[in-house]
Amino acid sequence: MEILLVNDLWVRYFTLSGVVSAVSGVSFKLRRGEMLAIVGESGSGKSTLGLALLNMVPKPGRIIRGEVIFDGVDILKLDLHEIRKIRGSRISMVFQDPFTTLDPLRRIVDQFEEFLIEHGVDRAKARTIVREYLEAVGLSERIMYSYPHQLSGGQKQRVSIAMAIALNPEVIIADEPTTALDVVVQKQIMDLIDNIKEKYKSSIILITHDLALALERADTIMVMYGGYAMEYAEKKELFNNMKHPYTKALFEALPRILQRDLPRSLPGYPPDLRNPPPGCIFHPRCEFAIEKCKREPPPLIEVSRNHFVRCHRVGELL
Amino acid sequence: MPSVLEVIAVLKNKYILSGLIIVLIFVFMAILADIISPYSPVEAVGPPLHPPSRLYLMGTDNLGRDVFSRVIYGSRIMLMITAMAVVMSGAIGTVLGLISGYLGGLLDRVLSFIMDSIYAFPSLILAIALSVALGPSPINAAIAIAVVYVPTYFRMVRGQVLSIKNETYIEMARALGLPSTRIVLRHILPHVTRTLMVVFSMNSADAILTEAALSFIGLTVQPPTPDWGFDLYKGRGFVLAGMWWIMLFPGLSITLLAVGFALISEGVSTLISSQKR
Repeated sequence: MEILLVNDLWVRYFTLSGVVSAVSGVSFKLRRGEMLAIVGESGSGKSTLGLALLNMVPKPGRIIRGEVIFDGVDILKLDLHEIRKIRGSRISMVFQDPFTTLDPLRRIVDQFEEFLIEHGVDRAKARTIVREYLEAVGLSERIMYSYPHQLSGGQKQRVSIAMAIALNPEVIIADEPTTALDVVVQKQIMDLIDNIKEKYKSSIILITHDLALALERADTIMVMYGGYAMEYAEKKELFNNMKHPYTKALFEALPRILQRDLPRSLPGYPPDLRNPPPGCIFHPRCEFAIEKCKREPPPLIEVSRNHFVRCHRVGELL
Repeated sequence: MPSVLEVIAVLKNKYILSGLIIVLIFVFMAILADIISPYSPVEAVGPPLHPPSRLYLMGTDNLGRDVFSRVIYGSRIMLMITAMAVVMSGAIGTVLGLISGYLGGLLDRVLSFIMDSIYAFPSLILAIALSVALGPSPINAAIAIAVVYVPTYFRMVRGQVLSIKNETYIEMARALGLPSTRIVLRHILPHVTRTLMVVFSMNSADAILTEAALSFIGLTVQPPTPDWGFDLYKGRGFVLAGMWWIMLFPGLSITLLAVGFALISEGVSTLISSQKR
């Protein structure tokens, strides 16, 4: 049973220097309790996609078309008042940089309670919930009365996570939740997110640039490049049968313990989304590109059950 | 809420402390005018043009009124008009700046255009024109001064909102489902207040001088109500005849009060920049 269904979503930024196609025709479904990793490099549109799911794409961006069906309702058709009730309580978000996600002038408990009360929790109960969820993410009670600058990055990210889970949301969007943290804290935070998934049965969308992290933690993986979903499959299927040249390149770029030589890096640069290359957006960097790739954008092909690949040569290549 | 320690830290700043003392002296003068002043400010209480003496500390004017008493009562009008003007322009400018900066779009462009047009006028000339159009009265003078200073607040607040609204914690507040009014009032306004305080005190100093100028040309109170600016005007004819006291003391009061506010503003801005490091 799907909790979230995204259908043919297009997002564009209308900047002064041109139109940027940040998300191009992305579709996916998210089952209850599933962790979907959206993997892509900087500028692949993955963060914009995350924001679009809450209809929060910042100006001058606009959602051109598509549907985000959450629990049977298209979120993009809701008015501001209705979507506000969903934000934070049924779909919540954890941001990338914990150093700037909390209001520096207000104590943790004040920010936390404000948000709970906004969603109809009564004042007396709010304090208990704050205490309960700070404990759930492994923070001591004292932290409540601190200001954000008194906390470490890891502690701040835990506070953000505590806020994100406090109202038992069905979907949690975690936009690079560990990128700004050091490796040890990264693991703690990811373990925490895993625990939350088990304990609260929330579905999680993990937005990351780290394919290794996705392969380690997620159930399903979607690889994005230049705003397009390039490959989308269950983790095992993707790991054993990766089809798309870009996915393979990402995989080969991972360092491996038993490998003597350096990991292979993908030559070239990400596409300029103001002037995307014609045909397949990946063809300028693709070693398998043929004439057809330069002319026609490839469709998303289902190569096996629930395994989608956007490549013309998917049949010929392994 | 600021703690006692924080208040002490603020008062340790010599600029703020001295400015505050000056301003408070005038405030108490205004409040306690009935008790402090030795004579009625509007009646002849002694010989005309009497130089300062023990009986008449600042001398008497050409109608035999005690200048000291007039200076004391004059602080009332001065403080009332500037306070009204500053509060009005501060409130309107801040609210419009918040709305304009946060919402952006067409409304922002229209408001900014209006504010820039007001700002482009020489402030004193605009204030004079407005208060002539409204008719001379203390309230109208306050309104005229307020209109002139609204853009000062508007521009400052709008600029700050523009930078703050792109912070991640504002995005986070939106992602948590907080409504815009709440975000603006609880998560943006508090970040603006410190700069607002500097502008507020600086603007008070400015408004005092503008008020004095309006009074000088008779656009605030009707005689015989005591008023520094107008007394300055009346006294100017006697200076050349050697009767300096009629003009000196009201003029000195205007300057001193303006300096007081300027000192506070200087102190607050150094305090803020030292905290920011």
